[in-house]
Amino acid sequence: MASGKVNSAQARPVPSQIVKDDEPALVSAAQAGDVRAFETLVNRYERKIFRLTQNITQNREDAEDAMQEAFLKAFEHLGEFEGASRFYTWLVRIAVNQALMKLRKRRPGMVSLDEEIEAGEALVPREVVDWGPSPEQRYAQTELGEILSHVVGELDPSFRIVFQLRDIEELSTEETAEALGLSVPAVKSRLLRARLRLRESLNRYFRRGD
Amino acid sequence: MNCKSMIVELTNYLDGALDAALFASIEQHLAKCKDCRLVVDTTKKTIQIFCNSEPAPLPPDIRQRLHEALEKRLRGSST
Repeated sequence: MASGKVNSAQARPVPSQIVKDDEPALVSAAQAGDVRAFETLVNRYERKIFRLTQNITQNREDAEDAMQEAFLKAFEHLGEFEGASRFYTWLVRIAVNQALMKLRKRRPGMVSLDEEIEAGEALVPREVVDWGPSPEQRYAQTELGEILSHVVGELDPSFRIVFQLRDIEELSTEETAEALGLSVPAVKSRLLRARLRLRESLNRYFRRGD
Repeated sequence: MNCKSMIVELTNYLDGALDAALFASIEQHLAKCKDCRLVVDTTKKTIQIFCNSEPAPLPPDIRQRLHEALEKRLRGSST
């Protein structure tokens, strides 16, 4: 293989479905003063941004405030967006900052993203069971949404936020590290633990034969 | 390669971020370890399920307040 990295079928299984092709044109129009273009962007992303702030804050009122402030800030600072990243990534970073401020206000001293992870923590899964081919199809969409929200809510904030950005919002490892002020190895370490814990939590819903 | 070192590399393996030698070593381990195959399979499904999940519609009251706040700001800035 010519490249140093393996680009196999094991790599990220689902291509990004978040960003649509017309996003740069909408952003340019909004920057030029087209209010409707900005409203289109809000309509497109409001659900995702609310889920993001809800998952981070675990509090409906804080999630609403953080989402609202994120969109208003994005509008105010639209002129500063230079297109170096995707608009959605930029918006997510603003929303994460707003949500983290709410979380830290509600739980001062309890939310440190760069806290050392206990080295002795066991990584090898305790329970290994088969889920079958499409475990999620055993649940209605609303019920599945509640399950996913519940198990994410059980994670420590620093794991939850990294997983949210990396695997739900589909930011790259580097983008996640930059957004949270963490090193790339710290993101990878939290992501591994988050994935393993979620897998373990989902065992009770998805094990084959239940 | 044993189960513990396989798990340590799980995220890099799933994200296609391993060099060829380590990737091959993991593949060899997976070929003979059923438990690790199940962990890889269920972790991959965990990511897919979250990645594919659609966010619920915004609750109407929250959506109304958001758009009222935006309307006020957008209209304010255009006048």
